[in-house]
Amino acid sequence: MSPFLAIAKRELGSYFATPIAYIFIVVYLFLSGLFTFYLGGFFEREQADLSAFFGFHPWLYLLLVPAVSMRLWAEERKSGSIELLMTLPVTLWQAVLGKFLAAWLFVGLALSLTFPMWITVNYLGSPDNGAIITAYLASFLMAGAFLAIGSFVSAANRNQVVAFIITIALCFMLMLAGFPLVLDLFSIWLPASVTNSIANLSFLTHFQNLSKGVLELADIAFFLLVIGTWLYATTVILDLKKAE
Amino acid sequence: MIEVSKLSKSYGDFLAVDALSFQVDQGEVLGFLGPNGAGKTTSMRMLAGFVTPTAGDAYIYGHSICDDSLAARRIMGYLPEGAPLYGDMTPLKFLRFIADTRSILNHEQAAAIDSVVDTLQLGSVLQQPIDTLSKGYRRRLGLAQAIIHDPKVLILDEPTDGLDPNQKHELRKLISAISADRIILVSSHILEEVEAVCSRAMIIAQGRILIDSTPQALIKMSRWHNAVTLTFRQNSVSDQELKARAAIIAGIANVERAELNIDKQGITVFPKDGAAIIYDINQLTAALKWQPEQCHVETGNLDDVFRTITTQ
Repeated sequence: MSPFLAIAKRELGSYFATPIAYIFIVVYLFLSGLFTFYLGGFFEREQADLSAFFGFHPWLYLLLVPAVSMRLWAEERKSGSIELLMTLPVTLWQAVLGKFLAAWLFVGLALSLTFPMWITVNYLGSPDNGAIITAYLASFLMAGAFLAIGSFVSAANRNQVVAFIITIALCFMLMLAGFPLVLDLFSIWLPASVTNSIANLSFLTHFQNLSKGVLELADIAFFLLVIGTWLYATTVILDLKKAE
Repeated sequence: MIEVSKLSKSYGDFLAVDALSFQVDQGEVLGFLGPNGAGKTTSMRMLAGFVTPTAGDAYIYGHSICDDSLAARRIMGYLPEGAPLYGDMTPLKFLRFIADTRSILNHEQAAAIDSVVDTLQLGSVLQQPIDTLSKGYRRRLGLAQAIIHDPKVLILDEPTDGLDPNQKHELRKLISAISADRIILVSSHILEEVEAVCSRAMIIAQGRILIDSTPQALIKMSRWHNAVTLTFRQNSVSDQELKARAAIIAGIANVERAELNIDKQGITVFPKDGAAIIYDINQLTAALKWQPEQCHVETGNLDDVFRTITTQ
């Protein structure tokens, strides 16, 4: 087995060795159901689609994904096992990607367990299943982007709670970068061209395109680029700070 | 062979390791000694590839730790200070993980794991979460992961810390048993340990090598080396008489001085430059019919050398 897969396997196993995995999955499924039926008005809409379900995913991830990502590196630093990991014959990229992949697969597993929603909507009507698959992809990509940001913050910190809070703040800013809430902070003192670039970073805008079922390559590329960038930043910060 | 060339590490203005240069050949067990904060752990971390040197380089069988770190790490086993492990795993899963990352082939893994489990007597705890293991087991598991791939170079940072005397003894036996065709670097505070396992000892303080020698040669540097202690039966000699006897002994050639220990009715005689003086003392005590209850030669004491060198 390659070191990359070994690290991913170990990391994934560690979620299930502790109650983290089960608590996360239960809370995630419970909240996503709650949001869909009560806040989203799934039945009242009388439409055979899952937009009531997917619409709340960014908010759900904002709260839950940092809880998964905060331990990625902060725990290794705190327990000192980072010294063990970094002196094994593995590259920084193998370690960063392995851990990220495990976290992403884990969130993906929780996401896939929402399949009863899909069955329900197919039972009640005849939805556009292509659009639903695209929305699932969007949701998965968004979770990956949050995890990559969380991986970076976790690598820069040895305190998990600090990592959790900073990740939420960062994700919140990036998620709403295209909305007045965040944009007004910058538009006062930055030229319009810069503000526009910031607006283009908005996770929510790209997510909403995809979750409506519009399979746009640019939106997928955006999320993959975000993931790659933050993971690269993770390797840089680890190289600088691993022994501190 | 390990070649360390002007290896340095500074943290801001603080120089933790100051241009360390030395060589270690196959078959050597090198003991790193030094007070806390001397730079032992930082040096070992640099060799193991965890800390990036500020300047200098080291070559592990020709592989630079700066430019070819991965190749260097492949032939190296490392036990970090405090033996950090993944607490939520079981020892068996943990060893499999290490074997995977070390790219030990699937069909060789079982044999490799069996062998280290056997050597370090971990069989009874293989299925127990690491978090619940005692310190001794955790340390042994840390060692097991360090030797699972049969490394040519083994770096052990305070391997016996927290072990009981039996476990320490076992570990020393293990180090001696596997040292023949390897290079082993051990750091320790426990000087008797260095004496027991190391073929070479290095005292480091403030990031520099103060002494690079054998443990035997180090002991000879002790003022206690070849000193002779005489003890007389309780109340058989008055304090006055004891002082007089000490003065007579101090007159022997090659004796530096004689120290009194009135409570124990004893005299400790220190030789000049570690000379053997026991014969002369025996002759003197026989001639004067002092009949000491005990008379023994001190071998010397590493603690004493260590203190002298590192506090100079």
